[in-house]
Amino acid sequence: MSSVISEIRKDFIYNLLLKGERVDGRTFDQYRDISIERDVIRKAEGSALVKLGSSQVLVGIKMQPGEPFQDTPNRGVIITNAELVPLASPNFEPGPPNEVGIELARVVDRGVRESKAVDLEALCIVPGKQVWIIFIDVHILDDCGNILDAASLGAIAALLSTKVPASRFGLGEDYMLPLNDIPVATTAIEFGDVLMFDPGVDEESIANTKLTVITTAKGEICGMQKSGKGLLKPEQIYRIVDIACEKAREIREKFLEA
Amino acid sequence: MIAMDKSDISFFKDGLRLDGRRADQLRPIRIEVGVLARADGSCYIEMGGNKVIAAVYGPREVHPRHLQEVTRAIVRYRYNMASFSVEERKRPGPDRRSYELSKVSREALEPVIMTSYFPRSVIDVFVEVLQADAGTRTAGINAAAVALADAGIPMKSMISSCAAGKVADTIVLDPMKEEDNFGQADLPIAMTPGGDITLMQMDGGLSPDEFHQAVEMAMKGARDIYEMQRAALVEKYGKIEASTIEVNACE
Repeated sequence: MSSVISEIRKDFIYNLLLKGERVDGRTFDQYRDISIERDVIRKAEGSALVKLGSSQVLVGIKMQPGEPFQDTPNRGVIITNAELVPLASPNFEPGPPNEVGIELARVVDRGVRESKAVDLEALCIVPGKQVWIIFIDVHILDDCGNILDAASLGAIAALLSTKVPASRFGLGEDYMLPLNDIPVATTAIEFGDVLMFDPGVDEESIANTKLTVITTAKGEICGMQKSGKGLLKPEQIYRIVDIACEKAREIREKFLEA
Repeated sequence: MIAMDKSDISFFKDGLRLDGRRADQLRPIRIEVGVLARADGSCYIEMGGNKVIAAVYGPREVHPRHLQEVTRAIVRYRYNMASFSVEERKRPGPDRRSYELSKVSREALEPVIMTSYFPRSVIDVFVEVLQADAGTRTAGINAAAVALADAGIPMKSMISSCAAGKVADTIVLDPMKEEDNFGQADLPIAMTPGGDITLMQMDGGLSPDEFHQAVEMAMKGARDIYEMQRAALVEKYGKIEASTIEVNACE
């Protein structure tokens, strides 16, 4: 994703960085202000609007009964999609998802799936025939950087507010979707040996490498993804993991466990 | 990863794995350089039950032309699975998984390719998985790195890739199909011989301590694979002074 950023601005960001500063005055491991608004879309089974600084991501959950996969006849299905719609950034184009959108959706999915946040067996209606399908649809509204963390937050926040629409399909009364875990993704970029968490869009465009770490409430790592054409030293990875665990706990306690 | 009751499968017998390996042992690996006549560089690799072939074309003209970069070559990587490579027939053509794997594999190799030598051109890497048995992305990257060298593309170093996993609460090297499907975690990495990580993915569940252990084990596996890649290249290109191959420095 090559961004529209001038060489002058790149130099400016880089020179600040050498002085230990960031463009918006944050410390290297400081997140921008986070706000999460739940149930913003009444037609959806669950939804959340996440603002991470100026980045805005809307996640909607829809559920419907459908057929299970053949190899998992007793388990519900999760399908995660992300739309990088052109209203969100001059770099997004209409059309089918590109590899950036696909990667984003798959990493969001990895967090939900690998943390076992959703009890898929509880979503079985008739074994082998009918199970609940959960569609997690991520809509990026404004890309001011780090939309992956925002999208992951949005997905779990939306799931936390999801009501299974059983009555609409004649399957009894509606009930809240039970969740077993609250995975949180935290992303850092590496640039000139400096690690920066929650990168803004300018910072992202100068960085070579990005590492996302997803942790569970128990402090386990349930997913990781390195992205970008750079390299990381093992010590840098370990440092990112340490800070990521701590940041994820803060975010989880403050915004999701209420 | 499909979660299953751990008791359904026993992963260890007398301290050894289902295929008789120790926890920190790689599957047998075979690497052959220059297996395709038309490609500029190619490599065939077998890692356990995986059979993967990689071809490199380029540097060559970029089509479509608007993709070209004025200061460097672009790198394209296409990971593709043959429909017959897996138990249940895979629908031919790219899916979301292969898009993601193509992206991260390309990004695993790009840090060492000296793209600035070839402005306005493209280096195409095509990877075909002929038989899959867990670890196809790592096998693909290993083959692609050798194929790039075979094509004479200037590189700062080799790239070697290997996964570690967790089964029955034990960290294991290079998981095979059963361990991947029913295991507790999978962590594929790629790195330079100098130990810089260029690919890092993880799914499943690992404590920070287990994560350290898994990274170290995967890195050791990748180092061993590097020796095999090097040996395969030396075998084809004869006696080359070691100093010209062992360029570990990466920026």
